[in-house]
Amino acid sequence: MSSLEEPLGLDKLPSMNTIDRIQRFSSGSCRPRVDNLGMGNCWIEGRSCSTSNSCNEDDEEYTAETFPWKIQTRDLSQDDSFSQKSLTKGRRSMKFGMIDDSISDCQSSPKCHTKDMQGLAYKFLNSIPKFVKIVEVGPRDGLQNEKNIVPTSVKIELIHRLASTGLSVIEATSFVSPKWVPQLADAKDVMQAVHNLRGIRLPVLTPNLKGFEAAMASGAREVAIFASASESFSKSNINCSIEESLIRFRAVTRAAKQLSIPVRGYVSCVAGCPVEGPIPPSKVAYVAKELYDMGCFEISLGDTIGVGTPGTVVPMLLAVMAVVPIDKIAVHFHDTYGQSLPNILVSLQMGISTVDSSVAGLGGCPYAKGASGNVATEDVVYMLNGLGVKTNVDLGKLMLAGDFISNHLGRPSTSKTAIALNRVTSNASKISY
Amino acid sequence: MIYAQRSSQLLTSIPDYVKIVEVGARDGLQNEKAIIPTNVKVELIKLLVSSGLSVVEATSFVSPKWVPQLADAKDVLAAIQNVEGARFPVLTPNLKGFEAAVAAGAKEVAVFPAASESFSKANLNSSIEDNLARCHDIASAARSLSIPVRGYISCVVGCPLEGNIAPAKVAYVAKSLYEMGCSEISLGDTIGVGTPGTVISMLEAVLDVVPTDMLAVHFHDTYGQALSNILISLQMGISTVDSSVSGLGGCPYAKGATGNVATEDVVYMLNGLGVKTNVDLGKLMLAGDFICKHLGRASGSKAATALSKVTSHASKL
Repeated sequence: MSSLEEPLGLDKLPSMNTIDRIQRFSSGSCRPRVDNLGMGNCWIEGRSCSTSNSCNEDDEEYTAETFPWKIQTRDLSQDDSFSQKSLTKGRRSMKFGMIDDSISDCQSSPKCHTKDMQGLAYKFLNSIPKFVKIVEVGPRDGLQNEKNIVPTSVKIELIHRLASTGLSVIEATSFVSPKWVPQLADAKDVMQAVHNLRGIRLPVLTPNLKGFEAAMASGAREVAIFASASESFSKSNINCSIEESLIRFRAVTRAAKQLSIPVRGYVSCVAGCPVEGPIPPSKVAYVAKELYDMGCFEISLGDTIGVGTPGTVVPMLLAVMAVVPIDKIAVHFHDTYGQSLPNILVSLQMGISTVDSSVAGLGGCPYAKGASGNVATEDVVYMLNGLGVKTNVDLGKLMLAGDFISNHLGRPSTSKTAIALNRVTSNASKISY
Repeated sequence: MIYAQRSSQLLTSIPDYVKIVEVGARDGLQNEKAIIPTNVKVELIKLLVSSGLSVVEATSFVSPKWVPQLADAKDVLAAIQNVEGARFPVLTPNLKGFEAAVAAGAKEVAVFPAASESFSKANLNSSIEDNLARCHDIASAARSLSIPVRGYISCVVGCPLEGNIAPAKVAYVAKSLYEMGCSEISLGDTIGVGTPGTVISMLEAVLDVVPTDMLAVHFHDTYGQALSNILISLQMGISTVDSSVSGLGGCPYAKGATGNVATEDVVYMLNGLGVKTNVDLGKLMLAGDFICKHLGRASGSKAATALSKVTSHASKL
């Protein structure tokens, strides 16, 4: 909805001094205040709840990331505690800044729900985990399909920048034959350059024992394997049946166990397959269980072609949750049809607490050329911040990493959050004082 | 098993049927720089109606000085008078606009207050109260002619000037619109900053004072949050969603950023949820193709983009 009369010109917005803007735009952080319903009031969107930053109590009402314009002092009606009261004390009819105890208006209205509605809202948010681990797949899943070879130095720089954002898991590369994935032919060099980064886990893909051994020789300390829930996809993508691939992977997990190397298991095509169409949840559960039983510490469920919606994701997750503990499950949704964030939301509501994403939305869909693929980490963090979920990820620094790689690729970011925040800031910088 | 129980609750409260209010022809086009010929607008509206959409916002009776794109409001309305199968609400910011709309054959109108005082003053040149008084006049005039009035509320989550907007403020404006006789109230996240957490608090406050079936949600996708916000609204029982074909309509506050959520993406999600919409996605995509071709731009709908690529790829097999 836009202006009907005089469009709001950006030059009419109040000015803001530089320091204020930088402070607001950089990692404005706060620790969520957990009220007695277990809902942090970091519901106010955009809060970056990072334990690496101290809590700035003075600056709590707005997030740097979302409201760089805000300069006015808030009135009572915008007080944080005000909105919190509206949650904890039930319904009151309110005028600006004044709390009116009478609820008679509400009671006389035929369709007012009081306790019902509070229960309803609580039901949809209370099962969302307080902390979500983000597994950043940009350097591997994001870059692997790029036509132009990205120099090793750029990949290393990207990983360093991502590491500085607070992300704790960054998928670094893949030890797959350069014949199939020329982009990642420099896996050894990348791994050797980054494997000593402190405080970060850097899993690498290892499709077979040979890849695993190469990964170990390069200093990798965590690996990932990649089965499909679709027989056709398995055959066309990794040239073997699901069962054959599982046999191959058991060799990897056995070797990994001997060296105490954790193994992550991916399942692809969990919502649909480009060849077979819809995939039954039971098939996904079968493959997930096999991977879990062979020793994978985490199973990432991938909607490879992005066709899933909450309607298909819920039954699929239910089937998997029956055979794999919920805290071992991660979701890896593609945004090809724009569905990844609602799919992530419903997964969180079911209690999933690990989400894969890719900075700047790197990584297209190889099955619908030109369509998008991975969900952008910035957009995920924005939503999680708004839900009061802790991620330890600094959105501003994440955007810098996204800018870096997008500049190199000569393409705009596909993260809507990053685009919006960049535009908002660049407009702000044009305001004169 | 607790998970099964919990999970069934996530989807069972979602309505069986959702009405989509298509705003592409008005909200989508109004900020386009190059003037779109009247016949293109009319053709777009006809294509949208043919996809099954039952409510297509046609235009706005606002001063051409401010929104030159919609200076042909009268002509557009005249050209669709005989199009059957859909309702064509038009925006009327004041009594003058209302009278012009009625004279041009409008059978449904919409008014437009804001939940943010600063935004109201900067954007609509009046305080919230003055604006509501104006809406009241329109609602009275409309009632005497049996013309339904839809009330939009902008900045229901955040304002580019004020930041967070208190849910109580939104509820206040919603209640006023309800009491003055609006048949539907559309809650607009004008700058797209909302996330499911803030949306739920806002909806809770509004649902307290307005019946669920009179509410619509109008989320912008500027931060990519629209579909998740729509999902949580559906879980709360909301059954009317505003969207714009091909995601037409950028965000005027973050130039170059996106605005409206794409109808195709919404329909894709609703189809996947088993929610009835009566909208044919294929025909909707044709409408989207039509207007995008004219604008010389790629669609803002990911579902439409993916389906077009998949089809063109499949045709090569």
